Amino acid sequence: MTPTLQLFLVVSATLFSIGLLAVLSRRHAIFILIGIELMLAAANLNFIAFWRFGPQPQPPTGVMIAIFAIAIAAAEAAVGLAMVIAVYRHYRTTNVDQLDQLKG
Amino acid sequence: MNSAAFAVISILTLAAALAAATLQKLMHAALTFAVAFVGIAAFFFLLGAEFVGLVLVFVYVGAVAVLVVFTILLTRRDVKKSERFNWGGVFVAAAVFGGLIWSIFKTSALAVAAPQIDSLTVKRIGDLLMSNYVWPLQCVGLVLTAALIGALILVMNDSEEV
Repeated sequence: MTPTLQLFLVVSATLFSIGLLAVLSRRHAIFILIGIELMLAAANLNFIAFWRFGPQPQPPTGVMIAIFAIAIAAAEAAVGLAMVIAVYRHYRTTNVDQLDQLKG
Repeated sequence: MNSAAFAVISILTLAAALAAATLQKLMHAALTFAVAFVGIAAFFFLLGAEFVGLVLVFVYVGAVAVLVVFTILLTRRDVKKSERFNWGGVFVAAAVFGGLIWSIFKTSALAVAAPQIDSLTVKRIGDLLMSNYVWPLQCVGLVLTAALIGALILVMNDSEEV
């Protein structure tokens, strides 16, 4: 039995939930970035799987979207980690619970 | 498509991703994060998108993982007592997971096998990038340049009064 589209979607959904778990339950800024990257990778996996299992032949739109999403995710990671370093310089912490200066 | 390879890759990827999300030590989490992305790249190879798999290995395992490790080392003094674990996040993630799985198995149109496919060559991707996708490509180049400059400005020393 070869893997069906459903199995790929299940793997992707699990990966997304793990990323969501990291974003929601960890208080360290780097863990939140790691969770966001995992969720983006799950979305990319969905794009590629739908392209592969769709009616053939068709233009590789899913693959192109995945390539652009990887580029955007790389830019996001660079800016996010720079922000972590900048915040750490100011507040000497990377715990997002302690960054509550704007709290009313 | 090989089902044994699928099982091995999915177990490796999901275990590494779960470790990256839950390990207490930041450095271990960063290393398992890299392993998880190797697994996702293996999925892309399995699906016949070799180019995207290679790009993923270059960008994530090569660049983003190293960036994460550098950030951890630069902010190291912060590692003190283990943070409290937020169980609300676990419940929300479990609920989202349950909803997704329920909807995936409810949709019977998704239970299809992979059709035969002629391999997607890098030449085809390059042709498309230079014809149909040339404007998105230029915009991504602009975004990456802006991100590069923005990241540099963010971490520039404040005392220099730029």
